[in-house]
Amino acid sequence: MTLSIFYFLSFLAILSALMVVVSKNPIHSVLYLIITFFAIAGHYVLLNAQFLAAVHVIVYAGAIMVLFLYVIMMLNLNAEVEPHKSVWLKSAATVAGGTLMVVLVGALRTSASVGSPLPADANIGLIKTLGKTLYKDFMLPFEISSILFLAAMVGAVMLGKKETK
Amino acid sequence: MQHQDLPSDYFPMVIQFIVAVGFIATTMVATHLLGPKRKSKIKLESFECGIESQGNARIPFSIKYFLVAILFVLFDVEVIFMYPWAVNFKELGTTGIAEMFVFMVLLLTGFYYIIKKGALKWE
Repeated sequence: MTLSIFYFLSFLAILSALMVVVSKNPIHSVLYLIITFFAIAGHYVLLNAQFLAAVHVIVYAGAIMVLFLYVIMMLNLNAEVEPHKSVWLKSAATVAGGTLMVVLVGALRTSASVGSPLPADANIGLIKTLGKTLYKDFMLPFEISSILFLAAMVGAVMLGKKETK
Repeated sequence: MQHQDLPSDYFPMVIQFIVAVGFIATTMVATHLLGPKRKSKIKLESFECGIESQGNARIPFSIKYFLVAILFVLFDVEVIFMYPWAVNFKELGTTGIAEMFVFMVLLLTGFYYIIKKGALKWE
C-alpha cells in the first residue's frame, strides 16, 4: 500500500515537474509547480515528517507560489515579446543539463542504500518531538534564523521601497 | 508506550483531499454539460462595465504589491516557528520563554524598521 502510494506520488511529482519546464505559458508552469509541491508534501507524510508536510503546503504551495505569480506578472511575459533562444544556446543548455544528469546518476548509483524509509520511532516528525529538538539542541541556529529574517526584511525594504525625502 | 503516529493515520486527509478535488471537478464538468452555450463574438468578449476593453491584462504592475507579499511570507514563516514552541511551552519553561523573547525582539526590530521606513504605506 505504502509502496504504491510512493510510486503514485513520485510519478505525479516528476510528471508535473516536467510540465513546469515544458509548458509554454508561465502561469501554467506555476500551477504545475503547486501540484509538484503537494506531491512532495505527500512524500514527507510517508517519511513520518508530518509537521514538515504541513509547513511545506502552507509556506511553499501557499505563500511562495503567490510570490512566483507576482514575479511572473511583473516580468510582463507576453507571447509576442517572448525571447527566442538561438540553436547554439539550446544545444549548450542540453549538453550542460545532460552532464548534470550523468553526474547525478553516477553519484546515486555508487551511494549506499539508506535502508528502511521509516525511522524506528514513528513519532519523530511530530510537532512535539520537533519542538523539543529545535528549542533544546538547536537553540543557536534558531536564534540565528531570526537574524536571517531581519536581513531579509531590510533587504526587501531596501530594494522595493523608493526613497522619499 | 506512546501512540505511534503512522502515515496510514493520515488516510482521512487523503479522503478529504479527494472529496475537495472531486467536488470541484464534478461541478466544473456538470456546469459545462448542463449550461446553455452561445458562442457568438459578443458573448465571448470580456465584459468590463460596458467599456470596450483595450490591450491585454498582462501589464507590469507596481512593486509595492510584491513588497507586501514578501513581508507577509517572512512573518508567515515566523509564526510557523511558534507552533512547535507553543506545543512544548510548559516543558521548555523559562529557557523557552527567554529563547522566544530574543527571537521576537529581533523580529520586532525588523517590524519597527518596516513601519518607520513606511514600507507598508500606500502612497
